[in-house]
Amino acid sequence: MLVVRELSKKFGGLKAVDDLSFNVKSGTVHSIIGPNGAGKTTLVNMITGVYKVTSGEIYLKKENETYAEDDIEEIIHGKRENITNLSMSKLVHKGVCRTFQHLEICNTMSALENIMLGFHKFMNKNFILSCINSKKIREDEQKYEYEAMKYLKMFSLDDVAYKKADSLSYGVLKKIEIIRALATKPRLVLFDEPVAGLNPKETADISAIIKEVANEGISVILIEHDMKMVMQISDWITVVNFGKKLAEGTPVEISNNEDVINAYLGSRHKKKLANNG
Amino acid sequence: MNELFQLILSGITVGFIYALVGMGFTVIYNSSGIINFSQGEFVMAGGMSAVFLLKAGMPFWLAFSLSILITAILGIVLWKLIDLSKERSVISMIILTLGYSIALRGLAEVIFDKELHTLPSFVGDGAFEIYGATLTYQALLVIFISIIIVLFLYIFFKKTKTGKAMMATSDNIDSAKLMGIDIKKILMLNFAISAIIASIGGLLLAPITSTNYEIGIMLGLKGFSAAVIGGLSQPFGAVVGGLILGISESLVAGYISSEYKDAVAFVALLGILFFMPGGIFSNLKAKRI
Amino acid sequence: MIKRNIDIIILIFILIVAAFAMKNDFYYEIAVLSILNAIICIGLNLLIGYAGQISLGHGGFMALGAYISAILSSNYSLSPMLSLFIAVLFMGIFAYLISKPILKLEGHYLAMATLGVGIIIYIIINAQGDLTGGPDGMGVDVFKVFGYEFDTNVKWYILSSIMLILVIMALKNLIKSPYGRVLRGIHDSSVAVESVGADVAKYKSYVFVISVIIAVVAGSMYAFFSGFISPAEASFNRSVELVVMVVFGGIGRIYGAVMGAVILTVLPQLLTSFEDYQTLIYGIIIILVMMFMPKGIVSLFDKLRKNGAGS
Repeated sequence: MLVVRELSKKFGGLKAVDDLSFNVKSGTVHSIIGPNGAGKTTLVNMITGVYKVTSGEIYLKKENETYAEDDIEEIIHGKRENITNLSMSKLVHKGVCRTFQHLEICNTMSALENIMLGFHKFMNKNFILSCINSKKIREDEQKYEYEAMKYLKMFSLDDVAYKKADSLSYGVLKKIEIIRALATKPRLVLFDEPVAGLNPKETADISAIIKEVANEGISVILIEHDMKMVMQISDWITVVNFGKKLAEGTPVEISNNEDVINAYLGSRHKKKLANNG
Repeated sequence: MNELFQLILSGITVGFIYALVGMGFTVIYNSSGIINFSQGEFVMAGGMSAVFLLKAGMPFWLAFSLSILITAILGIVLWKLIDLSKERSVISMIILTLGYSIALRGLAEVIFDKELHTLPSFVGDGAFEIYGATLTYQALLVIFISIIIVLFLYIFFKKTKTGKAMMATSDNIDSAKLMGIDIKKILMLNFAISAIIASIGGLLLAPITSTNYEIGIMLGLKGFSAAVIGGLSQPFGAVVGGLILGISESLVAGYISSEYKDAVAFVALLGILFFMPGGIFSNLKAKRI
Repeated sequence: MIKRNIDIIILIFILIVAAFAMKNDFYYEIAVLSILNAIICIGLNLLIGYAGQISLGHGGFMALGAYISAILSSNYSLSPMLSLFIAVLFMGIFAYLISKPILKLEGHYLAMATLGVGIIIYIIINAQGDLTGGPDGMGVDVFKVFGYEFDTNVKWYILSSIMLILVIMALKNLIKSPYGRVLRGIHDSSVAVESVGADVAKYKSYVFVISVIIAVVAGSMYAFFSGFISPAEASFNRSVELVVMVVFGGIGRIYGAVMGAVILTVLPQLLTSFEDYQTLIYGIIIILVMMFMPKGIVSLFDKLRKNGAGS
């Protein structure tokens, strides 16, 4: 679904992301993990058009293409488009969307309206028609208010539908942001630390939601620090450290990878292990 | 050639006034993040107070000192108004300082009048002849005193304990607080200094061009342009900005048209904002990581 | 339907009742000016309150458009409606082109850029005397639509009242629509809006153009109404006046803009008995409101409603 090729980001003299490459397979949960400052956020920001890349490319599978078993590399590549440096809003129209580590919610709007924002792609945005409150606009508003309600019911949040967002709890808002992202009917979603600051029950809820999203055939990129969650739901993990790819593999492979363990626990731990024999 | 030199000289003279006004802007902006739209009125207050105090029969030195003191008080009053405000958003502070400038103009209308006034030159009406250009004693005084003020401020901000504290505050309010620096007092001092610089500018300017209750508007805006040209975050950038502005204005008035003289400041402002918003020195600084 | 539009009904009622309070021509002048200012402020409020862009040059944009209407109709004998149309077209394109570089700036810098453009327009209008009549201004011919002349104060009162109601209705509809949801979203979190596929920069541009067009129409109407236009309409003072009206009334609230415009248009007239102290009092009122009611006059009404609902 997504191919990241030799992606780099320089800030002045500092290379935050260094020659990073990986593939995201369709319909899988692909996690990106690494210690703080490893470059994960910079990576996500490059993929979603917030930062301009210094070098490298990003490719996305075109909308109605499928890869056949015997397709050669050239043909596969031809079924992708180069989405490097496209702005976030353009990417949404190509089926890519994201959630944010530090919530981006419209606080003066109700939960329902925040979700309806997610349907923006599909609604009529003609200025003149809006000013005269034409039939088309009224129909759209009705239709998508109903759709938004359906989504909220699905996640058992319909009781807060009309409450103003700034009166809702952090955990609820994290869910709302995910629902909003799903409302854009994406093919690929990037979740940026979706369970940061949540209690175990909320974490389990969101874990289940993300797994279900992938089961529906939507590709997922997950940035997370919660190792239990990552190991539980990931199909593939890419480990990043100092902006470079440290390791890649299934959850089992990664949890047994010495380099990864060292990166997280540091060389002091290595010494401890050595001293204890 | 003589004409060119004359234009440059008068440009430098006015340029220093713009520099003083501009520095007032950067001092307040750097310490509080507020653009003070009444800065021009501080200039007006300096000149107009002196005019009327002199008329009332006071000796020169008393009239000037009182004018500067009065303006400093006006600066501190503004600081207090901002301090007492419930909210300090960008827009409410813009409107507040605009309201203050309107109020000061209204006050000037009432206390003074709407007429044009001139101050007599402090050093007599003589002039030097340099390369065929005339440099009045007053103009030379403007340049001389402006340079002294800039040097004084430089030493104050970079070398004295209080001054360095003020610079530290503008760089990082939280660590300044942690080090026990009294933020409120520093802010008040900044506003007072800003007003004092402006009033001195007004006193220097009044003998050259006349002064009246309305000069603050254009002067303030041009001073602001000077500050932006030099870079709002560079405390002394306004000096370079002011000189560039003064000389450009003078040349445009002399060679192109005097009607479009005022436009120079704003065309320059737009140019800087679109191409180098950090000011002309921004590209020379090493890129921060 | 009635409940949702009760505010419009009340407004129409007020406008009709006020008509009977018009003792003489002067009252009508103030009324028409208030209404036209309210229209300009509604547009400006869209820019400041929703798109979050402060414009300190709207007087310049408004006056430039009004001068085009005036010059084309009075000096070149085009019909007033056609002149107005051309002015709107020209200023719309101008505003769109200007919006691209300007809206890349933020906060103070954006305000400064609009200020710069506004003052440059002011200087040009003053300097091009043969075209504009220079600092003394120029006369404007009467406003005609298909031969029907708007030559009395009553006709103008009715015309401007209708315009006000149409603008308010259009904006209310806009805010409720998906387009409007994007605007409200930009005010809260432009990142969130960008993340659902709306190009925030484009919307900010459009809002800028809309606010300029509204100002041009209302400003042109004022020139036709008073039969006169001068560069003072493009001055920094005028631009400040408009922004103060919006903020004083209450940013982001349609009726805030209306109230701010009406109060601050009528207020100086009430203060004429104080003669010389007018400017001073005006300034003090602005300072006090900004210090203690930064959300604007409309917040007073909010408090009353809250207290009423609570008891």
